[in-house]
Amino acid sequence: MSQLSKEANEAVKSDIVVFGSETNPSFYTEVQEICGENALQCYQCGECTAGCPAAFAMELSPNKVMRMVQLGCEKEVLESATIWLCAGCETCATRCPKGLSVAKVMDACREIAGKKGIKSSEPGVSAFHEVFLAGVRQNGRVFEPLMIALHKVKSRNLFQDVPLGMKMFAKGKLPLVPSRIKGLEEVKKIFKKTAAK
Amino acid sequence: MKFAYFPGCSLHSTAKEFGDSTVAVCKALGVELQEIPDWSCCGATSAHATSHELAVALPARSLGLAEKIGLDVVAPCAACYNRLKSAEAAMKDKGELAEKINSTLSDKYTGAISVRPLIDPLSTPEILERLASFTRKPLSGLKVAAYYGCLLVRPPKVLGFDDPEDPQSIDNILRAIGAEPVEWYYKNECCGASFSLTRVDMVHKMTHDVLLRAKKSGADAIACACPLCQANLDMRQEEIGKKYGTDFGLPVFYITELMALAMDLPEARQYWSKHMVDVQPALAKIGKAPVQAAAEEA
Repeated sequence: MSQLSKEANEAVKSDIVVFGSETNPSFYTEVQEICGENALQCYQCGECTAGCPAAFAMELSPNKVMRMVQLGCEKEVLESATIWLCAGCETCATRCPKGLSVAKVMDACREIAGKKGIKSSEPGVSAFHEVFLAGVRQNGRVFEPLMIALHKVKSRNLFQDVPLGMKMFAKGKLPLVPSRIKGLEEVKKIFKKTAAK
Repeated sequence: MKFAYFPGCSLHSTAKEFGDSTVAVCKALGVELQEIPDWSCCGATSAHATSHELAVALPARSLGLAEKIGLDVVAPCAACYNRLKSAEAAMKDKGELAEKINSTLSDKYTGAISVRPLIDPLSTPEILERLASFTRKPLSGLKVAAYYGCLLVRPPKVLGFDDPEDPQSIDNILRAIGAEPVEWYYKNECCGASFSLTRVDMVHKMTHDVLLRAKKSGADAIACACPLCQANLDMRQEEIGKKYGTDFGLPVFYITELMALAMDLPEARQYWSKHMVDVQPALAKIGKAPVQAAAEEA
């Protein structure tokens, strides 16, 4: 850990209460352990937010998330819809003068939220990831038609995109039989060892 | 020139035309592809949105299988390429994580082979020259917006491919086949990707902005190299047009489809039977001088 991080850590430790809830001064280290990004290096220039194509839909702008990770506002960040609305396009990482990837920080926040059992503020998005990965675990590959259908059921959105789905089917864009790999046991082992639980 | 080929899940289903045109174009250009035996899903967005370790481990399995056949990997799909390349970087770190992952794999990945996006070898000077000489029906008169989206070029620290703010590889391919790439500044903006299934409202706005910029740049069509980009720009174009009151009429091709068309490969005119936006008005401009095309339109 660099000198800067130590000092900053001490500063945060001083029992400050931000946004009305208790802070977790080691939040940024938990984030860093997962994704390697040290949020303390952010000096709030705002370049990430300026270029973020999804910021219009977020309640916390990307630079605000970075500031809140620095301050240890764990609860507010993990319960936000914002962490689920990052598209992972990495425009922030391309333009950050400190070379930080806010997208990777968002990834780490989602992973921590999952581990801590925090309910997602964007259930449709998290349900998609669950259905997608369940399919990979089952076949080793994604069977798109079933994945799309299961997601519609899980997110109670059964009738969205039905006309589009029928058009896709008519154009032969949807296969009828899933493709399953031979090394399925190995994929299951990978999930067992590395998937967040 | 021979590569281990990672088609990915979409190229076997919703983006079958990308897979078919990739195979046909590579064969015509003498780029040999050997499909990685028993490759598995790269994990896409969902793996890295839930577990960093899973996001490295899933592609690492396919990298191990490619290392076994001793060939560098090419992936046409931008998302697959991005995940495979990110896993390559994490595994080449040779830290604890790489060790942990390799302990689960029967074919280890030691970093002996590397990953490239398909458009990388296809846009080398050598292949571009060959492509130009194989072009039997140049796409002259067709103005195309080369759309790279996010995952082919970002994050540059990990990928190191092309210019992340003004990429040129697809533009160069377009020039080689006689088409005219337009200047526009949304070529690397995000279309909203997998939010297409979860937050369609976001995709509507993000994809609308891309379509609008392409249209305003004077493009007749868009060329891309990502199944999700193509799906959002093509399949959702009609509903976006209705929502925002704009009739874009912009067909969205995979770059390999346009290459097949220019080389006049036998299957070339079958691919877009799977597209939603009518390609004919754009294709009708091929071979006509801009003045003539404009007069016909008026």
